[in-house]
Amino acid sequence: MKNFGKRFGVMSSLGVTMGHFFQTYIVDLVNGKKRYRTAEGIESRRQADTEGIFTIQYPEESLPLPEEFRVLPFLVYDEGENGEKNLRCTACGICAKVCPPQCIWIYRATDPNTGKPSPHPLEYYIDIDICMNCGFCAEYCPFDAIKMDHDFELASYTRGEAHLFNLEKLMKPASYYERIRPANAACEAAAKAEKAKPKA
Amino acid sequence: MSPEGLSKPDFDIPPEMQNQVALTTLDRIYNWSRKNSVWPMMFGLACCAIEMIAAAASRYDLARFGMEVMRPSPRQSDVMLVSGTVTKKMIPQIVRLYNQMPEPKYVIAMGACASSGGPFKEGYNVVAGVDKFIPVDVYIPGCPPTPQALLHGLMTLQKKIESQSLKEVSWYKKGPGEAIPVPVLGPDLIDLRKIALIREKSRPVADLKAETASAVEASQDGELPAKEEQND
Amino acid sequence: MTEAVLVNPLDNLVEHFPSGWLKKDERPGYTGFIVEREHLLEFARTMRDDFGFDYLSMVTAADYIAEGKFDVVYYAYKTIGGPALVFKVQVARDDAVVPSLVGLYPGAEFQEREVWDLMGVRFEGHPDLRRILMWEGFAGHPLRKDWKEPFYEEDVKPFKSRWPEGKPVNADDRNPYNDNVQYPEGFDPESWVPEAETLLYSGLQRVSHGEEFKTDELVVNMGPQHPSTHGVFRMVVSLQGEKIVDLKPVMGYLHRNHEKIAERNTFLQNMPFTDRLDYTASMSTNFAYALAVEKLMGVQVPERAEYIRVMMAELTRIMNHFFATGFLLNDLGVYFTASLYAIEERELILDIFEEVSGSRMMCNYFRFGGVVRDVSDEVLKKIHKLVYDRIPRKLEQFDTYLTNNEILRTRCEGVGVLTADQAIALSTAGPVLRASGVPYDVRRADPYSIYDRLEFDVVTGIHGDIYDRYLVRVEEIKQSIRIIKQLLRDIPSGPILAGKPAYQVRVPAGESYGRVEGPKGELGFYIVSSGKPNPERYHVRAPTFINLTSLAPMARGEKVADVVVILGAIDIVLGEVDR
Repeated sequence: MKNFGKRFGVMSSLGVTMGHFFQTYIVDLVNGKKRYRTAEGIESRRQADTEGIFTIQYPEESLPLPEEFRVLPFLVYDEGENGEKNLRCTACGICAKVCPPQCIWIYRATDPNTGKPSPHPLEYYIDIDICMNCGFCAEYCPFDAIKMDHDFELASYTRGEAHLFNLEKLMKPASYYERIRPANAACEAAAKAEKAKPKA
Repeated sequence: MSPEGLSKPDFDIPPEMQNQVALTTLDRIYNWSRKNSVWPMMFGLACCAIEMIAAAASRYDLARFGMEVMRPSPRQSDVMLVSGTVTKKMIPQIVRLYNQMPEPKYVIAMGACASSGGPFKEGYNVVAGVDKFIPVDVYIPGCPPTPQALLHGLMTLQKKIESQSLKEVSWYKKGPGEAIPVPVLGPDLIDLRKIALIREKSRPVADLKAETASAVEASQDGELPAKEEQND
Repeated sequence: MTEAVLVNPLDNLVEHFPSGWLKKDERPGYTGFIVEREHLLEFARTMRDDFGFDYLSMVTAADYIAEGKFDVVYYAYKTIGGPALVFKVQVARDDAVVPSLVGLYPGAEFQEREVWDLMGVRFEGHPDLRRILMWEGFAGHPLRKDWKEPFYEEDVKPFKSRWPEGKPVNADDRNPYNDNVQYPEGFDPESWVPEAETLLYSGLQRVSHGEEFKTDELVVNMGPQHPSTHGVFRMVVSLQGEKIVDLKPVMGYLHRNHEKIAERNTFLQNMPFTDRLDYTASMSTNFAYALAVEKLMGVQVPERAEYIRVMMAELTRIMNHFFATGFLLNDLGVYFTASLYAIEERELILDIFEEVSGSRMMCNYFRFGGVVRDVSDEVLKKIHKLVYDRIPRKLEQFDTYLTNNEILRTRCEGVGVLTADQAIALSTAGPVLRASGVPYDVRRADPYSIYDRLEFDVVTGIHGDIYDRYLVRVEEIKQSIRIIKQLLRDIPSGPILAGKPAYQVRVPAGESYGRVEGPKGELGFYIVSSGKPNPERYHVRAPTFINLTSLAPMARGEKVADVVVILGAIDIVLGEVDR
């Protein structure tokens, strides 16, 4: 029992734990109803000075995702006037070349009249069971055509064909993109406007 | 369901349940109690295990779902959360552990690696998905799936448990369950259910060449199957 | 050491030895010396004893199939600091036998076993030359250039089958066995007898002699699925009663073929794979890889990017040390309370990483020449609040909670002792080395990035036991806080990437070794490039893999319950051990 000279070691440890225990109740009593299930309640539990219960109760509350958050990619299309979907992708293949586990397959369309390759994809597949969510495809696309999504609720009972996303499943509107990544979208729109300005 | 249908069911009710009021209510109580106390096995392989630990920690509490009791022993657990890459060296252990779990048992393949080998799929020591050996109930894609995605996956499992009905579950059927044969580590991983296939495809090259020549003529893309490994 | 040696240690090395023993490596982009195989042991002994290179950091091999040779590469350092001594032995591919350096540097044991396993170079005089990452009986040596894996598609990425005519094909369908396997020709599984692990068990020392009481002798397997092994790691322990007589670690249960995949990837495509090596400290691993490739490219990183890099690396160190301490206490039986407190702090730092890089753990944040995204002022404010207010407060609470706790002290003081000489000889690194009293920190010994301008102390312990390792980690958190405060004060504005973002980097031919002081020790990447878009050889010097050499000497004589805590104090992470 050589260390029991410092008699307060274990006692002060228990004091720390007990302090935590009582503090959770005190913080809840002081803050009342607005601490849970409200946006500012969630925010207060993410600050550096948060005390008390730290839990974010998914699914009733969910942590706000930062803009840069990346799950699977999606292809952006601009909505035309009569509801047509103009895919920004030109099938240049950079995303397929830069993908580390090579989970993107692109079949480039050919112009039926001239036989030359035409700049849009006939087929586009991503195998989400191989994707490692690195974001390289979105980072190096020169046309802002593929971006990283925020939707992580993807659990399913089967895999195989269901986990090989084709072009229809991957297309999402530009309005969705602006909603989940406003700052990035604004930056890109500004850059596009700069480029489109006639050179003085 | 009409009351008449209830009293003349066209399936086998186990004798000890013959006097129950209604099987659907029993189903609901049975499933409710099971789904709210699923005990995971403490089984983390790789990076997804860290997210599993984070899901069990204070921010994304698993205890709210009844799952904080992570048992190290397979004999006391209900669900095996395969979190991380499954390698050939480890798969015999995983199959043994699965065999040791008592029914009702579930398997969740968490992450891309457990679902299909993930980004490491091309490796020589990686099993392309744990469902090559054990049956998987829920797949959670992601690399790694965030703890919120894992919780969503667990809720999906809970929904599956809710939909199971006493008359169809495998553990109340007659006869013992089949254990999955444990694979053996040889020159490469040997799956004991595929011995005939292995013997056939590993025949000496001369025999195979004759066969593949005729296969090539018949097939569309003319791509030969992967070459045999060269011994050094 | 003579004065000549101290002044110009390595310039005239070739003249110091008899002629024909060694020559300088004249290949463009390569450094170091090529030693003749017969004189390797003498050379190594002279360098260790006369020149003071007592720390052998890395042993690896590279396959130059075009020339028909293997290069066995050694990097040695002095513990007083300074640049490396690089020496190589070249052997023909069909006569790949090299004398083993385990007699001089015991820390080379696992690394030589790995070279035997993956490359097929035999080491004469090695006490226990068995496969380490693959299993006994595996056919072939995987890292050789002419060995193709079952799902082999093309030599290098990007694969032509993905664009412009990419039709998805399941990799299983291309393989005759419909799976990721391949067998030797004429293999008949029914008549083949499985190899039991006889070599492993026969190498295990059993009973120690001279015991009075008759106690049970047992051989116990701890793991690979065990609540306390921090991942899939197995220890074969031979016990007498409760005392450990010998211990052999078995790894490879998470061997994900990172090095083989990396040879097929381009340089940029390897960056997300490095995240998955040490998955609790991904920013540090990214940093080491970026340093290694930038050394070859010769690119200068802008100031602001350097500050951001160091800030992320130090935040990773804080996060990792909290996590490690929490799990060390888990092993002691605290049963999650301490780890829950530690994980709370970790979550707040992970929030910052998520905001900056997009992912909590797999950050993929560093690029060659800088970082991918700038850090906004709100994030800097968050870091400010964490570092000035929350972490010091919580650290003090942690201190009160743990440092003077009698139970912790009784169980940790004097347990798992590693003396300074042992630690250096066994090539340990990181907190394990410093707790034994050796003040070797790569940030001071061989400064990289902007560490030469920052003020911080190298934290050492005295006794080399578990308690000292715990104290060293807690003190290192305080030093990291000190560093981050200086960075927050001085961070300039400016570009964050040298040049334009490009996915095809031109890396000139040569070899380089980029190392950082990761939270677990010296993490290094040895990269050989031949001017092509993908690396010729890519090797990870994993600190925890080599620290595990010290597990057996530390555990002999201790009780079974202590070996769990000793393993926790080494702080292993399997992604790095097994790569």
